[in-house]
Amino acid sequence: MSAPVNAGAFRIKGAGRHTPARTARFSFDGKSYTALEGDTVASALLAHGVHLVGRSFKYHRPRGILTAGPEEPNALLDVSRDAARRQPNVRATVQEVFDGAKIASQNRWPSLSFDVGAVNDVLSPFFAAGFYYKTFMWPKEAWHKLYEPIIRRAAGLGEAPKEEDPDHYANRFAHCDVLIAGAGVAGLTAALSAAATGQTVMLVDEQPEVGGALHYDASTVIDGQDGYDWAQGAAARLKAMPKVTLLTRTTVFGYYNHGFVGLAERVTDHMARPDRDLPRERLWQVRAKKVVIATGAIERHMVFANNDRPGIMLASAARSFLNHHGVAVGRNVGVYTAHDSAYEAAFDLKRAGVSIAAIVDCRADPGEAVLAEARALGIDVLAGHSVTDTSGRLRIASMTVARNGGGNARKIKVDALIISAGWTPSVHLFSQSRGKLRFDQANQRFLPDIYAQNCVSVGACNGTDDMADLIDEAITAGGGTLALSGENRFEWTGGMIGAAEGAGPDTVVKAFVDFQHDVTAKDIRLAVREGMHSIEHIKRFTTNGMASDQGKLSNMHGLAIAAEVLGRPIPQVGLTTFRAPYTPVTYGTLIAHSRADLFDPTRKTPMHALEAAAGAEFEDVGNWKRAWYFPRRGEDMHAAVNRECRTVRDIGGVFDASTLGKIEVVGPDAAQFLNLLYTNAWDTLKPGKCRYGIMTREDGFIYDDGVVGRLAEDRFHVTTTTGGAPRVLHHMEDYLQTEFPHLKVWLTSTTEQWAVIAVQGPKAREIIAPLVEGVDLSNEAFPHMSLAECTVLGVPARLFRVSFTGELGFEVNVPADYGADVWKAISARAQGLGACLYGTETMHVLRAEKGYLIVGQDTDGTVTPDDAGYGWAVSKKKTDFVGIRGLKRPDLIRDGRKQLVGLKPKDPKDVLEEGAQIVADPNQPKPMTMLGHVTSSYWSENCGRSIAMALVAGGRARMGETLYVPMTDRTIAVEVTDVVFFDKEGGRING
Amino acid sequence: MADLALTPATRTLPLSGAHGGSSVARLEPAAAAARLSLRARPEDVEALSTALGIALPVKPKTSASANGRTALWLGPDEWLVIDEGQGGLLQAAKDCAAPHSATDVSHRNTAILVSGPGAQQTINSGCPLDLSLTAFPVGACARTLLGKVEIVLLRTEQDAFRVEVWRSFSGYAFGLLAEGARDAAL
Amino acid sequence: MLLIHCPYCEEDRSELEFRWAGEAHIARPDAISEISDEEFAEYFFLRNNEKGLTYERWRHMHGCGRFFNAARDTVSDRFLMTYKAGLPKQPIPVAEERAAAAEEKTVETWEATEGDAR
Repeated sequence: MSAPVNAGAFRIKGAGRHTPARTARFSFDGKSYTALEGDTVASALLAHGVHLVGRSFKYHRPRGILTAGPEEPNALLDVSRDAARRQPNVRATVQEVFDGAKIASQNRWPSLSFDVGAVNDVLSPFFAAGFYYKTFMWPKEAWHKLYEPIIRRAAGLGEAPKEEDPDHYANRFAHCDVLIAGAGVAGLTAALSAAATGQTVMLVDEQPEVGGALHYDASTVIDGQDGYDWAQGAAARLKAMPKVTLLTRTTVFGYYNHGFVGLAERVTDHMARPDRDLPRERLWQVRAKKVVIATGAIERHMVFANNDRPGIMLASAARSFLNHHGVAVGRNVGVYTAHDSAYEAAFDLKRAGVSIAAIVDCRADPGEAVLAEARALGIDVLAGHSVTDTSGRLRIASMTVARNGGGNARKIKVDALIISAGWTPSVHLFSQSRGKLRFDQANQRFLPDIYAQNCVSVGACNGTDDMADLIDEAITAGGGTLALSGENRFEWTGGMIGAAEGAGPDTVVKAFVDFQHDVTAKDIRLAVREGMHSIEHIKRFTTNGMASDQGKLSNMHGLAIAAEVLGRPIPQVGLTTFRAPYTPVTYGTLIAHSRADLFDPTRKTPMHALEAAAGAEFEDVGNWKRAWYFPRRGEDMHAAVNRECRTVRDIGGVFDASTLGKIEVVGPDAAQFLNLLYTNAWDTLKPGKCRYGIMTREDGFIYDDGVVGRLAEDRFHVTTTTGGAPRVLHHMEDYLQTEFPHLKVWLTSTTEQWAVIAVQGPKAREIIAPLVEGVDLSNEAFPHMSLAECTVLGVPARLFRVSFTGELGFEVNVPADYGADVWKAISARAQGLGACLYGTETMHVLRAEKGYLIVGQDTDGTVTPDDAGYGWAVSKKKTDFVGIRGLKRPDLIRDGRKQLVGLKPKDPKDVLEEGAQIVADPNQPKPMTMLGHVTSSYWSENCGRSIAMALVAGGRARMGETLYVPMTDRTIAVEVTDVVFFDKEGGRING
Repeated sequence: MADLALTPATRTLPLSGAHGGSSVARLEPAAAAARLSLRARPEDVEALSTALGIALPVKPKTSASANGRTALWLGPDEWLVIDEGQGGLLQAAKDCAAPHSATDVSHRNTAILVSGPGAQQTINSGCPLDLSLTAFPVGACARTLLGKVEIVLLRTEQDAFRVEVWRSFSGYAFGLLAEGARDAAL
Repeated sequence: MLLIHCPYCEEDRSELEFRWAGEAHIARPDAISEISDEEFAEYFFLRNNEKGLTYERWRHMHGCGRFFNAARDTVSDRFLMTYKAGLPKQPIPVAEERAAAAEEKTVETWEATEGDAR
């Protein structure tokens, strides 16, 4: 026999559903405790008599455990396994205890029982609702520097861990015929009914076990047996069905458009030593043909003076702790209620041996049945009375009770007070689905009315309280038939919303409406007096319902208090809309796989590994990794780029151009199509030749550019910018499919079919010649802008004689899987001849030396071909192309437009900043008149000076003018020049 | 240097050497294949079917296989034809007189084979399609998404899929499928 | 996330596969180079952006790749129908129209439902 474990002095022998032998150790604020497996942190602490678990948000008031479910506003704790696996703001009522859990309270200093911040409670007159909107207005600058940091430190929740999250998270897309949210009686019944029809069913519940309200409600009988036992049996039957998926510990957090439902499954948070392969949480993205909402109802608290002391909790929560966890919430418990359901909690506690100090019922006429039972059990019932105050510093010690309408108050000693103002149907998901609510005047509650999607609410969330009716409703919702009986022991009556006796408009007591944000009834009245008449304004002014519990307890009370002050009926004041998520969802779950290597695809060219081995530094261009420069030992970037720039012009260089977008345009109408999409004319281009093309949008601005080669009458090889590839294809498809569908032509992306190796420089021909077969490479036979299909290293290739450097150049296209081998051969030849590998930086410098445009760098979506100096590329003969009309717009043909020009800083060592603004007179008053900006700027080793390109108003008429580039510390004088800085005659390209 | 010219280049598949998966879903790179992006109007489908020796499917989400070739319906005028056998795919298309576009995409795509009882679950970790056997039976195919990349998915057997993906996205796709396979095992 | 019926794939597919492509049934003028500035502005720049029933283009970008047309209620996000590119503006089927009209009365925009329960 092992020694009996101390699972808590408040465990009731024989009560609860946990196995006494299965224990777990955990610590709370450094002290060790023993829990039973299946305990929540809340039930485990209560078993040891611990009620005080936190300090409130604003006033730092001591707070206890108010609920037993996800609606918990108070008991937010910090739960950790280790330094990195630490989560703040965990609801103690949801988190299951696992062996070794380290749990800590939040928002207190230096300790939970003595908290300096509690001075806020004494100073509370200064912190009335909306205080920060008024107090911290002046001076404006002080907000960021002074007020906000102080408020943030004083008010608040837990602290986020600083370590990277070591857990992983999973994602699943799923489809089903019926998704059922909530596995209480209604949800289980609907699932059994739906499963009987052969539909695919997903049944989802946030608790570890199914049963819903049956966790606490021990008096309901289903199918002739104890309700909770029936639920477990039903779950087992459902699990065995192949077309049913039953998910527990899974929250339906969002109900979106067109049957799209988000689920968050907590996979390992309850495990002591989870398998490393298990995701911590799993996101389910479900498309459901139909949704059955069976989310039940949430009990409301009573709003009365000092209703927030530790030891005060919802009656159903106390019942849950007793009936499910076997824990008594006190030894001498008071009850304050406006609803019959709290009586059942008192009955259960009484039968378990707990003394009931009194049931205080603010109604004059409680339900007959519960009254009779209370009498039979010898429980004192004070009908027509109210609890008007409580005492006790860190835990409730007494309640003050008075007859309604006045009369002597008396104090009754209690160590716990359980409360109920009735039940609020959980219409959150219905609201999220855009359904419209109606107000049930008789029962003072909002219920689903008009549905916007294919869904149906059943059970308590639909206002259906009678068990037999509920079962009928659920069977119908499932679409099948089922014989099932069920009955409640008591028919519940009653319920109230708003402030109770003693917390009315004539009082200044602290009667909390929203526990998490410390909003009192008085605050809501103040908001109305300050002129907030819409519930949306009241909500934002007081922050009622804006905490992480989204007002699950507080919204109805807040609404009723506001309606009372406004003197308007509740439906006219309205209800704020519930939004997803139902309860907080971790970022880890929402991003699921999208972390680290899977955050975004990293695209690498076929030659990437070889470039890396050659020492390349890479830069990100969209998703691509492109070789940026190839530093040699001892070289910094500047030195490497200078060397590469010199070597390419002196000897030659090899460059990976594979990322260039490529589109194969094929069909008898291919040339006609390109005529329409580019400003240039294509029918005149002969097979075996290429041409530089400019594409404008309909508005006449440059959209993309690239070399287009004609392989055959009906086949073109179009290239685009690296970044432009997908959008250019989309743009072309748009015109082809919707404007020119009569054309027989098709587009295929071939970007990744080809590895492209650019070989540039005086020795380019010599480098590739021995590797190429099937084409005469001489300048006469294969001049600049030629194209041939041939073989390179024995594999089929497309060889372009093109240049983006101004040198003799070729671009070798081979099928991508051959890219590595061909790169190896070409780079070996090149390096043997003294040529080098070069990267994108050198490519940029060399093209700028020649004044070649980069779309997106030298253009910005407001630049016409003429502005860029490419007016020659716009056909004057064509009667139509995309952009032809846009180019004639008055603003596009006016004088003084910004034009692309070259800039030479007066000091050749000054390298301008890209993006820097340009002015004519640097001494003019601010704001100065800007003439344009620098688009490209580099040190040009080949020119021995800095060079730049710029868009300048009327730029081409300013050749030789001196302009100025004002910087923060100085002004740089520049000379306006032609864009071509190197080899102005252009002879080298024809080498 | 002349020696280099004599050594023909060989195919290096982007996922060569990649391996992964779990006890319920095996992942492996597919063998090198020839691929054709084929485009044509409805009136020319018959001529092209004859030329390629395979009846091009005209029903959405379907494929057809014959003579070592599989043709996947991708759109009303678009097929992906994969040849793992005889070769000669491009030439066969070239020999057809009916107007069409046949573009070699053999190296643009690569493929990942996903097989095992957890294959469907693995793919659904990143793919929004309904992959139940009723909605996506053996032989079904579709262009769709896997996480952040586009794929063409073909169900080759009840528990086996072929995932065609552009080569530079294949590392991401393989990594995501490996994560999915790991989760499917649990 | 929307569920969109692709008229080419003949089934409902996730919004993830689609890309919205602007207002539908705006034809590019035949002799576009001849039109006036006003006509060009009307064609290229000006859109109605109406609340409620809208005809718009979508592309099944990561599916069959086809552009198509859709009639969508921008208030409820309900698709009343989708149809192939090139077809003229289609009349809304009576049943859909009725459903949309019923919805119009009951479901306002996300924001407008606030403070307005019956």
